[in-house]
Amino acid sequence: MLEHYLGLFLTAAFIENLALAFFLGMCSFLAVSKKVDTAVGLGSAVVFVLAMTVPMNNFIFNYLLRQGALDWISENMGGFDLTFLGFLAYIGTIAAMVQIVEMTLDRYFPALHASLGIFLPLIAVNCAILGASLFMVERDYTFGESVVYGLGSGFGWALAIVALASIRERMRYSDVPEGLRGLGMAFILTGLLAIGFMAFGGIQL
Amino acid sequence: MANSRDTLLDPLFNNNPIALQVLGICSALAVTTKMEVALVMSIAVIAVLTLSNFFISMMRQWIPANIRIIVQLTVIASLVIVTDQVLKAYFYDIARQMTVFIGLIITNCIIMGRAEAFAMQNGPWESIVDGIGNGLGYSAVLMLTAFVRELFGSGRVFGVPVMVTTNDGGWYVANNLMVLSPGAFFIIGMLIWALRAWKRDQVEAE
Repeated sequence: MLEHYLGLFLTAAFIENLALAFFLGMCSFLAVSKKVDTAVGLGSAVVFVLAMTVPMNNFIFNYLLRQGALDWISENMGGFDLTFLGFLAYIGTIAAMVQIVEMTLDRYFPALHASLGIFLPLIAVNCAILGASLFMVERDYTFGESVVYGLGSGFGWALAIVALASIRERMRYSDVPEGLRGLGMAFILTGLLAIGFMAFGGIQL
Repeated sequence: MANSRDTLLDPLFNNNPIALQVLGICSALAVTTKMEVALVMSIAVIAVLTLSNFFISMMRQWIPANIRIIVQLTVIASLVIVTDQVLKAYFYDIARQMTVFIGLIITNCIIMGRAEAFAMQNGPWESIVDGIGNGLGYSAVLMLTAFVRELFGSGRVFGVPVMVTTNDGGWYVANNLMVLSPGAFFIIGMLIWALRAWKRDQVEAE
């Protein structure tokens, strides 16, 4: 059992890295990766939000939305299939969680809150967060698996953004062509990182 | 009216959502292996963006600042559910190829970003124009990327073979890098370079 969870964690973090294999969460990935400090801050916020929301959405899917999920209320409600409401339910959960994280950071870590700026509300629309929930539904994870998957995919995303940020800090000493400076170079670096992560492809755990 | 025209045309080159505002990149990379899929995605995004800008702009006086994200997301998610159902009903094959990425229109940062940055401060009419403009700017990059990736990745344009690949008995050796994820990053990086070489004021100071 433990091996299964460990394998799932490593798969989510490396082989199916949300940022580099599925292009999820790219907006904040590219915009907040200029400095390692802020990248670490955003990365940990994403790990935290993912680890909370994926299991919560798993709970919502299994006990409210999927066909036959309402059996626990009464027998004749078992036939309802509310999966089309999924998007609304998942994003609601995510938005509420993000607002809570934002208030907590504002109260206890004002410096981090100020440096994350507009990108904290944008975690709510970070595709990585919703994407992880949608993958969780598609792959039909159990509650335990979804906890591990949330943690693993968040860890992988944070790893990728910190890696990119450290490379970009180094890029300051290089002579980049004028038009490529900043965003253009970030794209090319991410492409190279993605090629690196493709080396994990095909490994079965 | 000159003002509306600027709002409409600015996002195409001068303030492109993908190349300058860094918004909506996830889907730009994921759905651009085929032009057909990219076109459907562009239309869906323009529709959702225009309508969400319109509705949020109409409600902007009544949305409490503290819970604005949830309100905006509810509006956007409802619109995306409608889009999803329409696509599944009329374009089932394409909808299946796009898998989770239709749902991810909700989290397409362009929509949320424009709602937050524009629709919350401006009237409904300007917001519609802004929505269409940014949608077009997004589509332009999407279609261009899809064109390059489909042409060099599988030798086709809109599914019609232009350069016959060796797999089908032709002469063109398909460049697999274009179909894989890193190819998309390189193409968009190059696009940004080209755009900034043309519009020099967009160059970032380091």
